[in-house]
Amino acid sequence: AAASGMAQTVRRRLVVRGVVQGVGFRPHVARLAGELGLAGWCRNDSTAVEIEVAGPVGAVDAMIGRVVAEAPRLARVARVDELDPTTRELPSPFAIDDSQDRHGELTMIPPDTAPCERCLAELSDPADRRYRHPFVTCTHCGPRLSITRALPYDRASTTLADFAMCDRCAAEYTDPADRRYHAQPISCHDCGPRIALRDADGSLLAEATEDVLERTVAAIADGRIVAVKGIGGYHLACDAANAGAVAALRARKQRPSQPFAVMAADLETAGALVDLGCPELLDSPERPIVLLPARDGAPICAEVAPGLGETGVVLPYSPLHHLLFASTASGRSGPRALVMTSGNISSEPLCYRDEDALERLAGIADLFLTHDRPIAVPVEDSVLAWSERTGPVALRRSRGYAPLPVELGAGRPVVIAAGAELKNTVTVVRDGKAFVSGHVGDLESLASREAHARVVEQMLAFHRASPGVVASDTHPGYTSRAWAQARAGGWGVRHVEVQHHHAHLASLAAEHGLLGEDLVGLVLDGTGYGCDATIWGGELLRLRDGGRVADRLGHLGAVRLPGGDAGVRNPCRTAALALLDAGVELDGTAPGDELTDAEASYLRGVARTGTGASVTSSTGRLVDVLASIIGVRHRIDHDAQAAIELEASAARWLRANPGLGGVCGDRSSEVPRGSAKGEGAAEGDRSSEVPRGSAKGVPDLPFALAPVDDPTTPQGEGGPTLVLDPRPLVRATAAAAPTADPGALAFAVHRAIAAGMAELAAASCERTGTTTVGLTGGVFVNRLLLHLVATDLTRRGLTPLRHRLVPANDGGLSLGQAAVAWRTLSM
Amino acid sequence: MGHGGGGAMSAELVESLFVPGYGEAAATELGDAAVLPPVEGRLAFSTDSYVVKPMFFPGGSIGDLAVNGTVNDLAMVGARPLYLSTAYIVAEGTPMEQLGRVAEAVGRAALAAGVRLVTGDTKVVDHGSGDGVYINTAGVGVVPEGVELAASRMRPGDRVIVSGAIGVHGVAVMSCREGLEFGTTVESDSAALHGLVADVLATGGDVRVMRDPTRGGVSATLNELASASGTGVVLDERLLPVPAEVRDACGLLGLDPLQVANEGKLVAVVAAEDTDRVLKTMCAHPLGAEATVIGEVVADHPGVVVARTGIGGTRVMDMPIGEQLPRIC
Ligand SMILES: [Fe+3]
Ligand SMILES: [Mg+2]
Ligand SMILES: [Zn+2]
Ligand SMILES: [Zn+2]
Repeated sequence: AAASGMAQTVRRRLVVRGVVQGVGFRPHVARLAGELGLAGWCRNDSTAVEIEVAGPVGAVDAMIGRVVAEAPRLARVARVDELDPTTRELPSPFAIDDSQDRHGELTMIPPDTAPCERCLAELSDPADRRYRHPFVTCTHCGPRLSITRALPYDRASTTLADFAMCDRCAAEYTDPADRRYHAQPISCHDCGPRIALRDADGSLLAEATEDVLERTVAAIADGRIVAVKGIGGYHLACDAANAGAVAALRARKQRPSQPFAVMAADLETAGALVDLGCPELLDSPERPIVLLPARDGAPICAEVAPGLGETGVVLPYSPLHHLLFASTASGRSGPRALVMTSGNISSEPLCYRDEDALERLAGIADLFLTHDRPIAVPVEDSVLAWSERTGPVALRRSRGYAPLPVELGAGRPVVIAAGAELKNTVTVVRDGKAFVSGHVGDLESLASREAHARVVEQMLAFHRASPGVVASDTHPGYTSRAWAQARAGGWGVRHVEVQHHHAHLASLAAEHGLLGEDLVGLVLDGTGYGCDATIWGGELLRLRDGGRVADRLGHLGAVRLPGGDAGVRNPCRTAALALLDAGVELDGTAPGDELTDAEASYLRGVARTGTGASVTSSTGRLVDVLASIIGVRHRIDHDAQAAIELEASAARWLRANPGLGGVCGDRSSEVPRGSAKGEGAAEGDRSSEVPRGSAKGVPDLPFALAPVDDPTTPQGEGGPTLVLDPRPLVRATAAAAPTADPGALAFAVHRAIAAGMAELAAASCERTGTTTVGLTGGVFVNRLLLHLVATDLTRRGLTPLRHRLVPANDGGLSLGQAAVAWRTLSM
Repeated sequence: MGHGGGGAMSAELVESLFVPGYGEAAATELGDAAVLPPVEGRLAFSTDSYVVKPMFFPGGSIGDLAVNGTVNDLAMVGARPLYLSTAYIVAEGTPMEQLGRVAEAVGRAALAAGVRLVTGDTKVVDHGSGDGVYINTAGVGVVPEGVELAASRMRPGDRVIVSGAIGVHGVAVMSCREGLEFGTTVESDSAALHGLVADVLATGGDVRVMRDPTRGGVSATLNELASASGTGVVLDERLLPVPAEVRDACGLLGLDPLQVANEGKLVAVVAAEDTDRVLKTMCAHPLGAEATVIGEVVADHPGVVVARTGIGGTRVMDMPIGEQLPRIC
């Protein structure tokens, strides 16, 4: 055909899936189309963003490339499919269609993110019409999940539905060239939500924005405790430098020692409190709380995070937070660092409804800084720990991250997983994607159980899903299990029970897309109900059959736990029993000195008679035992306190003695297996930092590994179950404790556990012919142990595989339960 | 004397122990069946088996429990207990001296409770098929006109009363089980409660339902009542009468005092307006001297028992699962 002078014109239609709603995706498409002079339309529906464009071939190709390449900062494109073009007449210029809801596969709700730079600039620009507007937001930032009532994500389905836009906001909202084009939470001083200040009995003290801010900042500076309504719920705030205020908060919250998070005004302030390590993490749009090494002489009082050498720091993540740190209309400046702790009564869920907060927090807060934009979904802060050696380690994955999905694969079943008992989360699987909820909490209180049920209902409603199976733990005493059983019965669907550590390993496999492959994993944990009705927690499991089956190839030998959870709360008791069981008399040991006469005589009876204690293979309990023997912590008032302080003690010693932390006496060096390759090595295991050879002051502690016949092991698995006997380590630690530096000994026990566990994993890999070792379970939020185990495995030529998305602790358990149940039904 | 090493222990031999042991509490003839005089009113009938280990514990024995347990089951439906049967399963090798002490305890408890032991049975089983002594008792009593006690009568606003300190019996039994010591000398408070119940009913106050919180403790009892009535129960932890020794022992054992077994205690659900009257009457009785209100019935959370903690939180009191399995991960 003869070439014509006209450029060839094409017409194409695309469907973009992923996190593409509520992130400015359609405005982005419209802007591109406008820039390239293309005709066409795009629309949000409940399944995706659909785009149809027509124009010169080069321009259309450019457009299609840039739609993904230049996607807005909050968008996550999962997939782009091409459809046959329609025959309808295309609007020119390009236009955005109104939303329409098609009841099909749904797009995802984006997480809540911190204000973007441009919004912050407006917030502090006296000439801008949103100067000091506490709700400034645009398509690139702001609340999302927390204000979403339904999908598709549209103004009418958010908690801003009742706020009618003023003309100027409406103009921005409908102008494709504007940064707020279709920004659902858009508002301004004229039409948006309003803040207010109330006193503890609920009476209104101030409602004009500047008056409210003035009085709030003054109250905080005066040492008062203020309940602040943030993005996902209420926080309790006070001046972190005011010891009286912090002590009052501890007393009123009945939280004697658990660390509080600190919100720093900005990165510079944060840098004065902690060694920033990884500023990008703190400053990321997700704005997690990050545990970082505390600076000596930091301008906050020690009672904020006593005795750890670390502080959890977070930067402001709502415009209102920024305003609390800005100078007020009268020129007053408040504190630069605020304690910012969840607004709840100990062990209850976060308060997020105004009446509820006023009622439940009345005995804690002096004042309430509130506002009238409702929170639809409560969202707790996310918490990450960070170290040079490990990078970020998730402790709680919630605000900023939830509910981003984990892809499981193709498969129909809708699964709901009830999660664990503590650090509960819930997971819904739909269309092969596992959506893990934010942090729900501990299910002991009535309010938490109601919160758990509500999260499930909300997630099912968002996904318009009715579950085909309900998954839970196997523990007979878990509320979440009883709930799952009752709900499965009510819905007339299957209840699949997944053993605790099987679920942990499956969560790790799921987040790495490895469910289909055989995987050996070290599951080092606190306590979980085992298949033999004892309590497990130091397991070497092999995951197989697509994740459906976990074989117990090895485990930690018995650590007995006296008196159930009372033993967990009193590590000195577990330690005393472990000493007696290892043949060590209590006199002269640190636990022996700590015990009351009644405890000592009782525990001697338990040791003598062999009754009165649960048999566990729990690494968490072994760590408790060692922490008490070393004298670090004998009784705890919050979760994993002894383990956290033992790690802190070792980390402090390592910092003070750089170069002494050699992995000395390392038995693995006798069996070199070539250089490390693969993911583990690439994950920054800087083993070269750690010199080899026996180092001064670091006792070399044994951790014997013995193969023991275990009838529960299936035949033909390459040998009997491998058991690590904890008694030699207990004896050696007790022998070293009277003379060793506690920090050095704390480091030595970490190293001994790591070496023993790595040996256990290596022996299992040899038997099963695998080379990748999963590292999961709550103990692996211990960064030192994670590093030591990973380094040891790498040196043996094995590839450690660790969590990147979900936490290694029970916060990830619902994902594992969901993955196993989903696989069970999909295959 | 022990029969473990010597000749076989026979039922007849064993039976010869009981009549003297029972003393005045026994009918003149302990036949295979008893013929009893006519009674006025509705009959209450109950049976229970007793397997407590150890058989003897501070403040009591399996013999006291076997009488008081069944007497109390009758008392809890408002009955005046009249007659008991006793049936023993004795393991070969159990010392005769121990059996004698058990029989005496049964006789003493029956006499104290004012019930007659009218029929019974004994079986001896091989050593290995059993261990020590098991006792089944059945009892009949008569329920006075107008007395109607049932969980279905519970209404929101009703008060929950417990007749005294909780957890005492369970801790006493555990304190001597398997040679564990926890520095306490708590004695079992096992007792027959029908006298206390009669006084309470005589007040004319509207008592909705009564239970003796034995196995699973106050927690199990209230869970049963909540489920059966379709109401919720809210306890105030600060009001619970838990003696310091019980609290300490539970702290060591990792038990919740609310889940520890009681004997000689009752839980009553009483209409709010009658609570003071009932409480005053209970406190005037020696077995109810420490009676106190511990909570109330609510319309919220039907079937669920919640304890309010000192700091304004709530703790759901689940039905005990029997074994203390750690849940902290
Ligand atoms: Fe766990
Ligand atoms: Mg009974
Ligand atoms: Zn913005
Ligand atoms: Zn406006």
